[in-house]
Amino acid sequence: MKQRFTTKLIQSAVAAAFVLSANTASAEGSLSIYHWFEYIPQEVLDKFSKEYDVEVTMDTYDSNESLLATLKAGKLGSYDVAVPGDYMVEIMRNEGVLDSFEPSDLSNFGNIMDQWLDVSFDPGRKNSIPYQWGSTSFSVNRDMYDGDIRTTDIIFNPPEELAGKINMLDSQGEVLALASIHLGIPQCSSDRDQLKALNALLQEAKPKWASFNSDGAKDVLVSGDAVAGMIYNGFSAKARNEGVNIEYSYPKEGFIVWMDNVVLLKDAPNRDNALKFMNFLLEPENMAAITNFAQYTAGVKGVNELLTEALKTSPESNPPADAPAGSFIAVCDEATQKLYDQIWTNLKK
Amino acid sequence: MASINTNIKHYPGFLAVTVFCLFLLYAPLLVVMVYSFNDSLSIVKWEGFSLRWYHDVFNGKETAKYKTAAWNSISIAVMAATAATIIATLAALGMNRSAQWRGKSASFALINLPLMVPEIVTAVATLIFFSAIGFKTGYTSILIAHIVFCIPFAYLPISARLQGIESSYEQAAMDLYATRTQAFTKVLMPLMMPGIISGYLLAFIISLDDFIITNFVKGAGIETLPTAIFGAVKQGIKPNIMAISTLMLLVSVLFVCISYMVGRSGSPTSQNSE
Amino acid sequence: MSTKLNNIVSGNATFHHQRHKLLLPAWLVICLLLVVPVLMMLVYSFLTKEFRGGVIWEFSLAAYDQFFFDRGLFGDEPAKIDWTYMRIYARSALQAFIASVLCLVIGFPTAYFIATRSVRSRPVWVFLITIPYWVNLLIRTVSMKFMIRDSGPLNTWLLQAGIIDQPIHLINTNIAVQLGLFYSYLPFMVLPIYASIERYDFSLSEAASDLYASKWTTLRRVILPAVKPGIIAGCILVFVPSLGAFLAPDLLGGAKNFMIGSLIEEQFKGNAGNWPFGAASSMILLAIVMGVLLLYARNETNAAGSR
Repeated sequence: MKQRFTTKLIQSAVAAAFVLSANTASAEGSLSIYHWFEYIPQEVLDKFSKEYDVEVTMDTYDSNESLLATLKAGKLGSYDVAVPGDYMVEIMRNEGVLDSFEPSDLSNFGNIMDQWLDVSFDPGRKNSIPYQWGSTSFSVNRDMYDGDIRTTDIIFNPPEELAGKINMLDSQGEVLALASIHLGIPQCSSDRDQLKALNALLQEAKPKWASFNSDGAKDVLVSGDAVAGMIYNGFSAKARNEGVNIEYSYPKEGFIVWMDNVVLLKDAPNRDNALKFMNFLLEPENMAAITNFAQYTAGVKGVNELLTEALKTSPESNPPADAPAGSFIAVCDEATQKLYDQIWTNLKK
Repeated sequence: MASINTNIKHYPGFLAVTVFCLFLLYAPLLVVMVYSFNDSLSIVKWEGFSLRWYHDVFNGKETAKYKTAAWNSISIAVMAATAATIIATLAALGMNRSAQWRGKSASFALINLPLMVPEIVTAVATLIFFSAIGFKTGYTSILIAHIVFCIPFAYLPISARLQGIESSYEQAAMDLYATRTQAFTKVLMPLMMPGIISGYLLAFIISLDDFIITNFVKGAGIETLPTAIFGAVKQGIKPNIMAISTLMLLVSVLFVCISYMVGRSGSPTSQNSE
Repeated sequence: MSTKLNNIVSGNATFHHQRHKLLLPAWLVICLLLVVPVLMMLVYSFLTKEFRGGVIWEFSLAAYDQFFFDRGLFGDEPAKIDWTYMRIYARSALQAFIASVLCLVIGFPTAYFIATRSVRSRPVWVFLITIPYWVNLLIRTVSMKFMIRDSGPLNTWLLQAGIIDQPIHLINTNIAVQLGLFYSYLPFMVLPIYASIERYDFSLSEAASDLYASKWTTLRRVILPAVKPGIIAGCILVFVPSLGAFLAPDLLGGAKNFMIGSLIEEQFKGNAGNWPFGAASSMILLAIVMGVLLLYARNETNAAGSR
């Protein structure tokens, strides 16, 4: 009797758990997106959802490196599409976490701008389509500091007014690349003296930084928790639009340019919907909605006409005439990359 | 008792410290509650009373996201608390209604192990476990992890209650030819109910609160309220977060009130004496 | 009939013979889903890190080596002891210790005050202390973050009241983390101390006073020793979760000043993607916590034996 009672209790508990959890399992017609934070307006997702009768879920990450780390930590096969930056597309392909498609799979493939069609990180666009491109440097609250900001000294050798009030992106690729630009050394250097100098620079600068925060890079500037901070150009434009006197810098030493791309992930549970979504994003109207939201620049034809006047003329998207050319983040070989990983670990510990 | 001079008990300044302690505990919560009614886009400036952020929570752009997260949180908490309470009730019977036996203290330690292991360690271990056995993280993985750490929280109040109930109750029932199961369901369980309810509520609230473990074991596209709030807060504290926080705060207060009422419904001995 | 007799003989042991069956679900669930995972974590801490995340099933001491030794940027210098991670652990332990002391300083008088209220009003005071404990830790941490930011209510009030003329910069400092830990776990200190003061026999205080002990001497020499178990329990309840805290260092400390919890999180969720090192760091934390708990348990049994 008591035995029956016990087993019954357990059985019903287990049964209840499974019945309830089965209800929440995804139905047919779903799409799982792994995306950067605050990078796509809800309306665009809703529109896709409605047009194709697909249930959309989205998770967010805050750096290219954590995207890869998560996928390799067993999340591959959970997501359909992700949006890595240029160098990460190449790394991810080499790591074998991307799936490829044919141009004929996407009827809007022809909408991709010519200069973004045959890119070095994805020749012929076999794995990715352009999402947005922009730059990364830093911004300063002009109410608090009115000196010259067009130098990377602001971040790595800050004036007294800014020391201790600087937020850094929590992103290995971007921090190390900007530091290399500051020192004038090549990326992926394996020269011992150069790497030691890079390590020393970061160690010396660290006490002058207040925090590492990518998701909050805009908010710390808006709320006043930080006076200067590394940031993406469009994110800085959003901060300025929230009414704070923030200026984005195109430093004379150089800055980072990047292009984020929608990639098809390997073992995507909903491959067809992923392709539908990518095709949907190549519609000028949809990409324009994203561009107006994110405040960067699209790589799709026919978007420019649909942008707001404010964005077309924004100082963040229009570098001054004397600004140097930006540099893309380079992909290093394994031995070199390990040294850079070590420098980052040293910085963060 | 009253003969003891209360003056001996009295220490000057302790009242002040108590008031200070309560002020510390409540000030930040009250500030968030007050600012959730702020009629302003900026969270810093006060621009008058308004319910706009509550309206935003239920009819805003992010309503769907938070609704799903709330549903996940609540359904997981209900199931985890139910499973943990059943397991804990049986365990409490086994521990408190048995004579001394070898391994009894080891068993006690095992049941309370989830309390002793730091949450971050449990989170890491569970993530590694799921990954090693190839279990796909998702809703079910959160549920499983929650059941485990809810067990001791359900066990402690149930066990405390059971300790206060003499075994003569169920023995009398069995003397009257009730089976052991009947003695449990008809006699002992009703007596234990306040403890079971307290344990259930505690497990429920602990599951609802959990962030660290959930953050590690949640699967693609699954958010609970704490992980959704954490994600939003990383991008900055918005007024709608304050409104959601206030609502969650009220739910917690409601639960602690229920638990308090149930706890006051008296132990069997005090019922006899009253 | 025989079982019935047996029950009466063994006193409060109605379910003695069913104990294994009753305890089996709890044992199974906790063993399978906590003990086994912890053992697996131990195994992972000895595996090789795969380039860019993941593990290779090959034995390696690299994770522990990274924790304890510094071999220079290029890994070719002679190994010397690396204090950076140990310093993070020491700093976390120090912060957890300070949090415990602060909680004790505020918590003891509060617990004492409540325990000396009338029997009727005590539950109300306990209730007031319990409410914040039931409120989501994340929400409490966020409230604290909002409260202490440079332009937050605390600074605004202090400025308006003329107490300060410049905002106190707290956010993203170790002091903010400290404050967060103290605030998060304060109720954990009050409740166990309250429970033991409630059991304290005040005729002891009376006796001390009859022997011309001053109030504070009585507190120090009579009350404190008598309620020591409650104080120790409270300190452990504050110390252990503070040691592995993640929310306070992440939200209040700006993710710059690592504590153990955020260091571990970074290995799994952040840029680092170093599972073996994360597993090794977790094992070391677990060892410290278990050590503290064992010390406590031994202390308890010793105290019980000497009584």
